[in-house]
Amino acid sequence: MSVVSGIVFWVLAVVAIAAGVAVFRVDSMARATYALAASFVAVGLTLLLLDLQFLGVVTVLMMVMEMAVMAIYMIMFMGMNPALMPMSMVHGKRAALAVSIGTFGVLAAGALLVPWPTRRGAPAADLVESLGEAVMHSKMLVMMTVSPVLFATIVAALVLALPRSRYDRLGDDLRGPDRR
Amino acid sequence: MTVVQVSAAWVPVAAALLLAAATAAASLDGALAARASGRPAAQGLALPAAETARLFRQRRRAPVAADTLLGGVGVAGLLVAALLMVAVVPFGRWTVADLSVGVAWFNAMDVLVWAAVWLTGWGPNSVHALVGGYRFLATALSYELPLMFALTAPAVAAGSLRLGDVVAAQQDLWFVVWMPVAFVVFCAAVVAFSVAGPFSAAVGSVTAGGVLAEAAGVDRWLAATGRYALLSAGSAFGATAFLGGGHGPLLPAWLWLLVKTGALLTGLVVLRRRLPVLRPERLAAPAWLVVLPLVLLQLLAVSIVVVVRG
Repeated sequence: MSVVSGIVFWVLAVVAIAAGVAVFRVDSMARATYALAASFVAVGLTLLLLDLQFLGVVTVLMMVMEMAVMAIYMIMFMGMNPALMPMSMVHGKRAALAVSIGTFGVLAAGALLVPWPTRRGAPAADLVESLGEAVMHSKMLVMMTVSPVLFATIVAALVLALPRSRYDRLGDDLRGPDRR
Repeated sequence: MTVVQVSAAWVPVAAALLLAAATAAASLDGALAARASGRPAAQGLALPAAETARLFRQRRRAPVAADTLLGGVGVAGLLVAALLMVAVVPFGRWTVADLSVGVAWFNAMDVLVWAAVWLTGWGPNSVHALVGGYRFLATALSYELPLMFALTAPAVAAGSLRLGDVVAAQQDLWFVVWMPVAFVVFCAAVVAFSVAGPFSAAVGSVTAGGVLAEAAGVDRWLAATGRYALLSAGSAFGATAFLGGGHGPLLPAWLWLLVKTGALLTGLVVLRRRLPVLRPERLAAPAWLVVLPLVLLQLLAVSIVVVVRG
């Protein structure tokens, strides 16, 4: 690892962790959401250092989009509009602290104590293509089956969750308000 | 034609080029607006200079309990996203960042606009601005998926996400010729992510200016510049991914790219003035029920051509 990428790694690592801490320290829903987005963006950019360019860019893409949408739901579903009023971002502090310290301890101990395997083989020339092969090649049939089922589940859940939806917009006969 | 990566010292030049294109687009828009209101078109050409002079002397507005940090991130984010977009677009033979996933990078940067516009609306702690932010996300839900699949078409045809390869694959035939649907959808999405024309409900007059309701001074200048820069960056990408990039007779590659980008940018600026603003909820049904299947069929056609050609 060159000096530059070393510096970039440390900057990104500090940003990722500082933004992650900020999620629980800020007093506004919007700031918490976008602090989380910033943390994920830093993680995504760290992946670029590992030459996992597609994964890195897609992480940035997905996480920014996800947080933009999540901000809406967080603000919409919280009672008494905490989005516009200062509020604490933590609850159940003791249990949460115990769980997170325990998890950190286990993971850190694992990282330090487990003997790491040495690298076998070399990275492929085109990482994007080999990633696609690894994910899709033998599992294509499964993916093709699972994705329509998942999509149908989402649509069905939305239809069930919205008792009126298009009937509100288009009238009981679904012909549209103009044609009644 | 192979694309080479130039040193980072050229980054300011790329940024200056993007700003020049954005200024030209704003001038053209000013001229069109002047002509539409019955004044001579030449009067409007100085619009960017006049607006810059006006806004730089104007005070920023600071509403009560405004979230200036997030609002600032949002306002500046538009221009930053546009600058990061053009980083992967080859300027003739040269590119600032020869990313192997350039197409995905462009897509990720246009998603940054989601956050930037919403944050611009969130920042001032104002109802109209926040409503504008929500309207943009509602519009984005309609244009983003068609845009993603439209971007997939040239990548599938070139067999690579690297923009240099996408340009090289258009040596004989521009992609716009055999993927016109993807091109049209892409152009519409460029207008949409620069919050303009039919997709400008987020800054519409019905919400007193939407996300820009409270923006004044340098904030307003940054937002306006960012929107024109996004339109210009989108045009440069469109010229690269669909109009053959630097390919063309006689002229050098970089000049061809400028000519094509300018032509596409002019087309988008002219067209977006002529179309009415669409309400986001009205946009959703046609976008998901008509445009998305169409662009998927386009992608299917492209994939079949690629498979048959071998």
